[in-house]
Amino acid sequence: MNRLYSSLMRVALVAAVAAGSVSAQAQVEIQWWHSMGGALGEKLNSLATQFNESQKEYKIVPTYKGQYPESLTAAIAAFRAGNAPHLLQVFEVGTATMMAAKGAVVPVATVMKNAKEPFDPKAYLPAVSGYYTDMQGNMLSFPFNSSTVMFYINKDAFKKAGLDPNKAPRTWKELLAAAEKLKASGQECVYTTSWPSWMHIENFSAWHNVPIGTKQNGMGGLDTVFTINSPLHVRHITMLADMSKKGLFTYAGRTNQGDAKFSSGECAMFSGSAGAQAGIKKAAKFDWSINFIPYHDDVPGAPQNSIIGGASLWVMGGKGAAEYKGVAKFLAFLSQPEVQMDWHTSTGYVPITQAAYDLTRKSGFYDKNPGADMPVKQLTNKPPTANSKGLRFGNFVQGRTVIEEELENAFSGKKEPKAALDDAVRRGNEILRQFEAANK
Amino acid sequence: MEKRVVFRSAWLPYALVAPQIAITVIFFFWPAAQAVWYSFQLQDAFGLKTQFVGLQNFFHLFNDPLYLDSFRITAIFSILVAGGGIAIALLLAVMADRVVHAAVGYKTLLIWPYAVAPAIAGVLYSFLFAPSIGIVTYVLKGLGIDWNWIINGRQAMLLVVMAAVWNQISYNFLFFLAGLQSIPKSLLEAAAIDGAGPGRRFWTIVFPLLSPTTFFLLVVNIVFAFFGTFGIIDATTQGGPGTSTLILVYKVYHDGVKAADLGGSSAQSVILMFIVIVLTVMQFRFVERKVNY
Amino acid sequence: MVENRPLLTFASHVVLVLGVLAVAFPVYVTFVASTLTLDEIMSVPMPLLPGDQFLANYSQVLTAGSNVGSKAPVSTMLFNSTVMALGIAIGKIAISIIASFAIVYFRFPLRMSFFWMIFITLMLPVEVRIIPTFKVVSDLGMLNSYLGLTLPLIASATATFLFRQFFLTVPDELTEAARVDGAGPMRFFWDVLLPLSKTSIAALFVIQFIYGWNQYLWPLLITGDESMYTAVIGIKRMIVGSDAANEWNLIMATAMLTMLPPAVVVLLMQKWFVKGLVDTEK
Repeated sequence: MNRLYSSLMRVALVAAVAAGSVSAQAQVEIQWWHSMGGALGEKLNSLATQFNESQKEYKIVPTYKGQYPESLTAAIAAFRAGNAPHLLQVFEVGTATMMAAKGAVVPVATVMKNAKEPFDPKAYLPAVSGYYTDMQGNMLSFPFNSSTVMFYINKDAFKKAGLDPNKAPRTWKELLAAAEKLKASGQECVYTTSWPSWMHIENFSAWHNVPIGTKQNGMGGLDTVFTINSPLHVRHITMLADMSKKGLFTYAGRTNQGDAKFSSGECAMFSGSAGAQAGIKKAAKFDWSINFIPYHDDVPGAPQNSIIGGASLWVMGGKGAAEYKGVAKFLAFLSQPEVQMDWHTSTGYVPITQAAYDLTRKSGFYDKNPGADMPVKQLTNKPPTANSKGLRFGNFVQGRTVIEEELENAFSGKKEPKAALDDAVRRGNEILRQFEAANK
Repeated sequence: MEKRVVFRSAWLPYALVAPQIAITVIFFFWPAAQAVWYSFQLQDAFGLKTQFVGLQNFFHLFNDPLYLDSFRITAIFSILVAGGGIAIALLLAVMADRVVHAAVGYKTLLIWPYAVAPAIAGVLYSFLFAPSIGIVTYVLKGLGIDWNWIINGRQAMLLVVMAAVWNQISYNFLFFLAGLQSIPKSLLEAAAIDGAGPGRRFWTIVFPLLSPTTFFLLVVNIVFAFFGTFGIIDATTQGGPGTSTLILVYKVYHDGVKAADLGGSSAQSVILMFIVIVLTVMQFRFVERKVNY
Repeated sequence: MVENRPLLTFASHVVLVLGVLAVAFPVYVTFVASTLTLDEIMSVPMPLLPGDQFLANYSQVLTAGSNVGSKAPVSTMLFNSTVMALGIAIGKIAISIIASFAIVYFRFPLRMSFFWMIFITLMLPVEVRIIPTFKVVSDLGMLNSYLGLTLPLIASATATFLFRQFFLTVPDELTEAARVDGAGPMRFFWDVLLPLSKTSIAALFVIQFIYGWNQYLWPLLITGDESMYTAVIGIKRMIVGSDAANEWNLIMATAMLTMLPPAVVVLLMQKWFVKGLVDTEK
């Protein structure tokens, strides 16, 4: 705690000096568009306030712009119109789109260097920074809220069903067995998921060490194709479709709709973002636990490691030097281990620097909150392979919609799972070719 | 159609039409022309690189089974909205016309949904029918109906149709009521004297006389279903589950705005504009006939 | 009444009452939800009688917005909606009435071309050409401005049509008399035509006010700034996720507030509204 105290003192001192020197100057406003609703949004706003109160020169103005795809869309439109925000929170699937837009964004490394703010890409966990770094090793965006998909259970519901609440299912076989018992105990919604494509296609692939697409999941070039209709994928989606038919799996929607179904107690098991913990902590009136996601135990090498999700902050191009200086100062503020720890512990997102992880461990947080370090452990379960270090597909906002549409077709019984996945690959590849053609 | 007596001025008429024409050109013709131009292009999301690709965007669209399916979905949706809305409104209007003295009161109680924005209608219906907390869902569950439009395509379609019909009902009702009230009572009385009962009178006299109104409402309702329901779809299903409620105008929005595919979306705009122009001409022929009789 | 059939009349009343109830039900539930706490709404089934949170919910949205989604106060949004609806209604009426005056009362080259140019926009909604229109507006620097919200939607032919139809029914003798008195065209317009058009203007105003108030896609695209959100957009921005994550009590209070102004306009100006609807489309 000593370190925290001294850094607070430092902040206060800087604030006092800044207040004296620049009070006559107008504040430079930094627009920050984000997609953090709910408890996360409250925390994000408090970070901005904390920064604004720490100095007088710059003012961060956070604006909620709707869910991830919506804020990306809004920023693209605003960029075309010449009034993009300074900072934009972009979810992981938008990464390829942002990277390809060379003139629209300024690499974070460049912003920090120009402003002479300290910035060490090596401070970040490789599982995180790898996702946002180009093939030449430049870090292009600032990792902000990194999560991964986790598996949650409602311990009270487990007890009621006569299951051991301290033994969450580790494999899909165990999950199915537990699901039957939960159903028999009168549980109406047994299992649900948020982010179906992220969980059941993207992370599923990494966790079982099978590719999502060729060329190292698209990281090695634009001429990649999807491979998500492999027998293993088909088998998994078939299993889910069967569960859906039997009432063991309740589909909740394409984004985070599953979170609330779990935290309200409606569903007993749930897979969703590690970041969902904040909301669950606030809303759940029952005992719950966070666990590794289940795997199929007959697949060699599984479980591998999961991949990150969440979002990073991109610095948009075409702004003035003073504004970039403010952006750099804010990013430096965000990278402080104390701030990182605060964000990590209050939201459930993973600590993204080694220093923050160590600091949190030392603070005893993980001892008091068993399971809070599960996401980091799952992300670093094994050294990442070409199949599990991330993915980078062009227009993946659209690509993911296609996958989700086809998953819905499979879950609702409208299409056979194999046919749905074949269609997802075919339609997804068309989008990849379109992106390749537009970004030649 | 034309005035016999007119004013003369070399410049005044131009000055008078200028504002309207200027706005029409800037916000209608220019964007429409650009839509045509973009429909021949391929651009990246940020508009940094542009290529001319000829008719490729159209070619893609008509080879895309999903786009063709979107026509089918739009047709089903429009028919349900127009059919449902017209039938219910006609029933209510006929009943209101029967109870002459109370008609004004009922009219007041039935016209205000017109004032509700489609997007809000969507929010209200998604709340009533919300899979976990909706009050109607609760009743349906009690009746043994498993209601979850998040995954059930038919239920999703039903939901958006209900919201749209609700939103449009006052409009249809007002037109039918006005149409009914303009039917000469003497006609109906004569038929009654001949021994025709209310049902027979309705089908042989009232309904045929209402057919211009019905046709007009059909066109208006179809146009509403095509474009006006954007807010309903966006506030409820957003085209899902799968593509069960992906109507054409929502696809234009999704591809153009959400997926940032300017060329493909513009090609769809061009096709839609063509459809609208056909509908407008149909409507106009009808209007002219009505004005001239 | 053609004949007296009490049973049929009774049946008519039953159908109408059912119709009225079915139409009112969604709004009733909305109102009830807007007077409850979030917990009460979440406890399925929610109560169907109003709770005691009316003041709390409404004052919160009016002054502070929602907690989880957009934080813009709804009072600002209602103001924006009002500006937009009035701008569109007044603007449309103003430019249409003079344009139709020119087209009906003058003969000049290109008259029919102008007429057709306006006519073709009759049914082409902004939804169809959103992307290029958005680009034009942003090129003109009108994003996040009242001008950007209103101007593109003023370009529509409905009002021009209504006035044209109406002017055609104005007796030629009036024009003749004015000309004999030596009155110029503008004098005739102000002193004769405008007073005669009062009813049409009122009718059109109601319809266009509602049209403007209820716009969704256009403001959704061009208002990046929370302070420019209209009320309808504000509701969309308060919905952050699934059923249970939303503050439905606040969303519903906002929905009630958003529905109220156009509903009041429709009910108070019912006579003109009905006339306007039936005339515009005839």
